[in-house]
Amino acid sequence: MLLELDNLSVSYATRAGPIHAVEDVKLTIGEDEVVGLAGESGCGKTTLIKSLLRLLPKGARVTADRLAFKGQDLLAMKDADFRRRIMWNEISLVPQSAQASLNPVYRVGDQVIEAIQEHTETTTANARARVEELFDLVGLEPRLITAYPHEFSGGMRQRAMIAMALALDPALVVMDEPTTGLDVLVQERIIRKIRELRERSRNSILLITHDISVIAEMSDRIAIMYGGQIMEVAPAIALFEEPVHPYTLGLKNAFPSIKQIGKPLISIPGSPPNLLGGVTGCPFAARCPFAVEECRRERPALREIAPGHVAACHRSGEAVHMRNQASEKETWQFSKSVA
Amino acid sequence: MNVAVSFGRGLANQIGIIRQSGLGTVGALIVLFYAVVAILAPAIAPHDPWLTLKDADGAIATMRPPSAEFPLGTTFLARDVLSQMIWAARTTMFIGLISGLISIVIGANVGLFSGYYGGRIDEALMRFTDIVYGMPFLPFIIVLIALFGRSQSFVILAIVLIIWRTSARVVRAQTLALKQRQFVLAAKARGCSDLRIIYRHIMPNILPLLLLYTAFNIAWSIIAEAGAAFLGFGDPNHLSWGGMLYELWISGQIRTAWWWFAWPSIAIITLVSALVFISRAYEEIANPRLRQR
Repeated sequence: MLLELDNLSVSYATRAGPIHAVEDVKLTIGEDEVVGLAGESGCGKTTLIKSLLRLLPKGARVTADRLAFKGQDLLAMKDADFRRRIMWNEISLVPQSAQASLNPVYRVGDQVIEAIQEHTETTTANARARVEELFDLVGLEPRLITAYPHEFSGGMRQRAMIAMALALDPALVVMDEPTTGLDVLVQERIIRKIRELRERSRNSILLITHDISVIAEMSDRIAIMYGGQIMEVAPAIALFEEPVHPYTLGLKNAFPSIKQIGKPLISIPGSPPNLLGGVTGCPFAARCPFAVEECRRERPALREIAPGHVAACHRSGEAVHMRNQASEKETWQFSKSVA
Repeated sequence: MNVAVSFGRGLANQIGIIRQSGLGTVGALIVLFYAVVAILAPAIAPHDPWLTLKDADGAIATMRPPSAEFPLGTTFLARDVLSQMIWAARTTMFIGLISGLISIVIGANVGLFSGYYGGRIDEALMRFTDIVYGMPFLPFIIVLIALFGRSQSFVILAIVLIIWRTSARVVRAQTLALKQRQFVLAAKARGCSDLRIIYRHIMPNILPLLLLYTAFNIAWSIIAEAGAAFLGFGDPNHLSWGGMLYELWISGQIRTAWWWFAWPSIAIITLVSALVFISRAYEEIANPRLRQR
């Protein structure tokens, strides 16, 4: 296993009480694997990866039963060690809104060189040669090395950030919303590029997005997150063909399908829970058409449904029934009092 | 990249910025003129500025208005105003430049660290800045001079200790805005240290602002020095324009010797205005909304 997370939680102390932004996340990423992490805005995806890379603001508290990378305990590792050995050498990040992630006053190539020299003893000439390689890899012309970020289009900046993330050939590349804010054509090109890169090198990728179609296209396994918790993890095909968790069912409904042109989309009523003070029971219970008394009382644990497929739902035994019901618009038009 | 080449390119850029604005060009030429005068002072001053001069007849040349012999006139003690003006340009430019540069270095660092780290560091540095804001310049320099004597270094010290405050606050505000930008997080993610982020990633982004405040600080230092010297707190061994006005004042000739009064005043006003013109040129870079459409 490349990365193992067991019961990882992140909480912020605020004046109104603790906010549990991420709670008891259990997730593994294997070698040469693409894991997709999906969920709506504010569900804790970015907080989760920031806790991995130690980018959380002061005041955030990270706890876990286990947080290991290649078997090494990351929780016990000192910041200096982490920065020297793990950061960028082993785990790199393509940050959210990569478009704004380049410093406007430096040439793009110099910023990639900085990333290389920050972590290795490389001469500028060698680093530059590596940048040329990387630019070629992500499909940027070598003359762009000396260009400034404002001369780049959105898609080009995204590629530059991917080149930067690949600079030291890390074992795990975390991509936070790599296609958000790009038009569909550029999105497609970026996705194709990332796939190509996968064929050449064997870096694992943790792909974070709220766009389920991007995740479907790229991931080996998919984790669905809601309210700071993992709802369901399954191999990509299983998740789309035999989803178990009502939230996954709802998410699937909310995305247009080419087979159902003209049919209105079914959206999930309500909005994500307020995480202040913590939620008792299942965080999705208030919006779930299948919620029963137990759901509000007790938090469901992740249970294995099939090999490699886990879901946190008390009613996971009735998956087939729920799947049938979930495709009906009426199912989701319940009022809160009835539910 | 070759350091000399990049420095040359940087300088060319700065000149380009100033030349874009008409007033900026005028300002730069005036500053350049005074700078050349200051540097060449020993070579171009016609007389020793401290020497009591006699005219052709052997009479002591006291209080002469401008004439062919003494182009800017002479003082009560028969010293040549032109030579004094030239030597005083040296002191004034030196104090202005040194105080301006030191104060921007202090102000920029206080602002950068305060804004970047936030929390207790910010609180401590900003409350200290508030205290400095509460200190009036003239009483401060009077106390300092009374304690340590009239010397050029204490004049510079007094000026620096007061004027860094404005730049610190402005730089802090800019840093607060910049540290939220995505590229700072990206730099953090690739393992850049705090110092590297502060100096390599944030500071270059506020460079136009720093240059603007450097020009401001130099201008303000010159005014402060002139004020202090006029009140008699200047270094008696280094003649400055303010110091010339002080000597005029104590000689009691201020109502008669218009020449003794006019030249230092004009020099202070033109140099300070020239610096403000230059800072205006930078302000257009720092704040593009001022640019003419």
